[in-house]
Amino acid sequence: MTGHAVTERLRVDVAIVGGGIAGCSAALHLRRRGLSVCLMEKGALGSQASGVNFGGVRQQGRHFAELPLARRSREVWGRLPELIGTDCEFVPSGHLKLARNEEDLAALERYAADAAEFGLELEMMGRKRVHDEHRWLGENVIGGSLAADDGHANPRLLTPAFGRAARAVGADLREFTPVVETERDGARFRVRCATGLEVSATSLVNTAGAWGGEIAAAFDEPVPIETIAPNMLVTEPLPSFITRAVGVCGGDVYLRQVARGNVVFGGGDGWADSSLERSRPSSETSARAIERALGLVPALQSALVIRSWSGIEGGMPDDIPVIGFSSTTPNLIHAFGFSGHGFQLGPVIGIIIDELVGTGASTSPLGAFDIGRFHGAADLRHVSAANPEQEGAKR
Amino acid sequence: MADPAIAIVGAGPAGIRAAEALSRHGLSAILVDEAPKGGGQIYRQPPDSFQGPASSRYGFEARKASALHLTIKRLATAIDYRPSTLAWNVCNGRLDTLCAGRGESVVFDILVIATGAMDRMLPLPGWTLPGVYALGGAQIALKYQGCAIGQNTVFLGTGPLLYLVAYQYAKAGAKIEAVLDVNPAHAKRRALFALASSPRTLAKGIYYRASLGTHGIAVEEGVTPMGIAGTDEVRDVHYRRGSVDKSVRCDAVGLGFGLKSETQDGESTVSGVYLAGDGAGIGGADAAELWGERVGLSIAARCGRRHDASRIAKIDRRLARLARFRAGLERAFPLPLLGSTLPDDTILCRCESIRVGQVKDAIRAFDVVEMNRMKAISRVGMGRCQGRMCGHAAAELLAAETRQDLAAVGRLRGQPPIKPLPMPWPGTP
Ligand SMILES: Cc1cc2nc3c(=O)[nH]c(=O)nc-3n(C[C@H](O)[C@H](O)[C@H](O)COP(=O)(O)OP(=O)(O)OC[C@H]3O[C@@H](n4cnc5c(N)ncnc54)[C@H](O)[C@@H]3O)c2cc1C
Ligand SMILES: Cc1cc2nc3c(=O)[nH]c(=O)nc-3n(C[C@H](O)[C@H](O)[C@H](O)COP(=O)(O)OP(=O)(O)OC[C@H]3O[C@@H](n4cnc5c(N)ncnc54)[C@H](O)[C@@H]3O)c2cc1C
Repeated sequence: MTGHAVTERLRVDVAIVGGGIAGCSAALHLRRRGLSVCLMEKGALGSQASGVNFGGVRQQGRHFAELPLARRSREVWGRLPELIGTDCEFVPSGHLKLARNEEDLAALERYAADAAEFGLELEMMGRKRVHDEHRWLGENVIGGSLAADDGHANPRLLTPAFGRAARAVGADLREFTPVVETERDGARFRVRCATGLEVSATSLVNTAGAWGGEIAAAFDEPVPIETIAPNMLVTEPLPSFITRAVGVCGGDVYLRQVARGNVVFGGGDGWADSSLERSRPSSETSARAIERALGLVPALQSALVIRSWSGIEGGMPDDIPVIGFSSTTPNLIHAFGFSGHGFQLGPVIGIIIDELVGTGASTSPLGAFDIGRFHGAADLRHVSAANPEQEGAKR
Repeated sequence: MADPAIAIVGAGPAGIRAAEALSRHGLSAILVDEAPKGGGQIYRQPPDSFQGPASSRYGFEARKASALHLTIKRLATAIDYRPSTLAWNVCNGRLDTLCAGRGESVVFDILVIATGAMDRMLPLPGWTLPGVYALGGAQIALKYQGCAIGQNTVFLGTGPLLYLVAYQYAKAGAKIEAVLDVNPAHAKRRALFALASSPRTLAKGIYYRASLGTHGIAVEEGVTPMGIAGTDEVRDVHYRRGSVDKSVRCDAVGLGFGLKSETQDGESTVSGVYLAGDGAGIGGADAAELWGERVGLSIAARCGRRHDASRIAKIDRRLARLARFRAGLERAFPLPLLGSTLPDDTILCRCESIRVGQVKDAIRAFDVVEMNRMKAISRVGMGRCQGRMCGHAAAELLAAETRQDLAAVGRLRGQPPIKPLPMPWPGTP
């Protein structure tokens, strides 16, 4: 039905649509299992959300349903050099989540108590200690909680490095190859691309990020996915002084300083249109984020902002992704809609997808992420897992 | 139907003539320029405290300069002219500007971008040493501040501006050690025919070149620059001519390889956005004035004003002639391919201090074939100039490393603010 003549046919075990961090890490692990893999990416690997995000590698503050995955992913972050040949500038600086009023501080305390059950140790700090240990913080900070082994990394490297590692073991990663049609073909899947490539596969993996809903819809399971566009800024290089990755309760500002000295920060939304594949930062949001960053770190006064940007991310109404088997189609696996916090999870998502394809089940609890939750499919486990303090799209 | 809101960025020859043509047709525009006075690059006006006869500052161009300055003065009452105002972002029909620390958003239906050109820089070993200036910077120092960039200056690069600035320095009494053109004399001879389409301009060029000789200044053509040497500042320039290695001692270098449009695309594909002048394609000041007027007339016609067909036809004929001249210049002063031959330890991106070798490593490590991917991996072009300086050389390097055409490697995407802005930002209403 599409007007594209088929110029190349491939037959593989697994076809993957989308070469962000989810798709590239899946390609690596599936191929290492010995399966033949073809990944199709409409642009360059990691050119969408996975390559333009803030770079926060954070477990603290996550929805409790995500915490077991985040814990497991953190372990992978620690061994990236062995896995993909580079640490992607991952710095386990600690993530400091700050309270600017008493209610926030109380919320941090409650979260810390619950997170401990998932093995995430958070250290509470009162006003004196948080200022003693972080002299660069502004007066409006009254306390905080520290996740010592959280940190930050360079998003521009992570996905290309996973892609490179996947290719090195023989995965076929096709860039600039937009998938235009996915359909069932007997017991297999047929995937057609605008380039004339047609792939026949036993399993189909949907890691299409903000566009993941289109593929789900093609298999009769539409989801209420929205486009979100976090707004980011970066300063010129400054002497190193911001020793931690920093966030706040409410998530309206977050920042980190990279080794070169630039301070990367964000907060609020820019503008994006996933159908146009375009995103732009918003001047108003930038001005507000700057004001909040100055409140948190007054020494940034007069620093030059050299660039601002945004990206295109898929957001789900309950702010957690869709991960798991399709509810309509056997051997179709979804992992998309990471709702603004899938960078840290990325490395483990590939492992989970590999487990699902290879063994039919994951060792990580995925119930809350089931696509059926949007179709009255009665799997409402995610509701009980919901956590009033979690910040959804805020990193 | 109400008249559309029109915004023009750049009060150089192109922007001023666009505003004037609009005003002639009863259309008003908001004209912003970051400079405190109108005139643009070539007819830049000095501060009030710094007056002297226009003839000494603008040479042959004094009459045109005065005419343009008069026009902007007259227009200032008829249109909304905003000097000292930087346009730092444009998005969805809105221009974000900054004036004296105050932010303002200008909503427009039609936008004219007339932001002019900048020097095309090519990295060389030593090009980041103190004492190395862009040709344009050297010219601004003279025109605007009345001072030279050094006691003993070498001008190195190519293009008409190389000779013009050297001439202006010589005339002002500055000591010039050498003028080194990377393009050979025969390229210019071959281009003479096309250049003769603008005989007056050609005559000026020949005059500048000849008067360097009269001032006893050595002009060497067809040189290969090897590098600028010195420890804390410029000490000498090394170059090769034929098979002979040479060097010349100096304390300052004016470096430039022609001009480069401040906008990256020659033509706007966005409806309601017009480009004019050197910002859209290097054509020189006369072409910029014509192009600006032409854009003004097009907009007037679009707004239902009387269609001035004969004037439009006349402008188009003159622009075509100037385009032939321009093509001749490009043959006379082609851009040398230097980016692909630079030693590995040469700094390519000066904002981020990234060397040629590091970029080559990044290209190989990640099979980079495209400019924005190269930026993402290597950080070239990620600094405060967003690749305005190094973009061209980086593209050459990438093309050479990957055996692609220069056009195939793409171009860097810019992001706001187009120039660095200090925190806090002005509130944008
Ligand atoms: C500005 C910003 C800041 C963020 N900050 C953080 C943070 O600090 N920490 C954190 O954990 N998370 C953060 N996130 C979220 C994180 O970046 C994402 O959750 C994560 O990268 C999602 O990965 P992905 O692989 O699902 O999506 P993507 O990286 O978007 O990959 C999906 C890919 O699928 C491709 N695709 C889609 N449709 C097709 C098709 N039909 N054919 C071929 N290819 C197709 C797309 O081109 C895209 O490359 C941020 C996101 C943004 C945008
Ligand atoms: C260094 C240099 C020297 C030159 N010397 C000569 C010469 O001697 N003879 C000749 O024929 N040509 C010369 N040129 C070319 C000459 O600049 C142009 O031919 C002519 O000035 C082009 O006119 P324009 O209106 O297109 O641009 P310009 O005259 O450059 O005017 C552009 C204006 O836009 C403003 N502007 C740019 N960006 C912004 C922004 N973001 N916000 C607000 N304002 C902005 C600038 O301040 C400037 O006033 C030179 C160019 C350069 C760069």
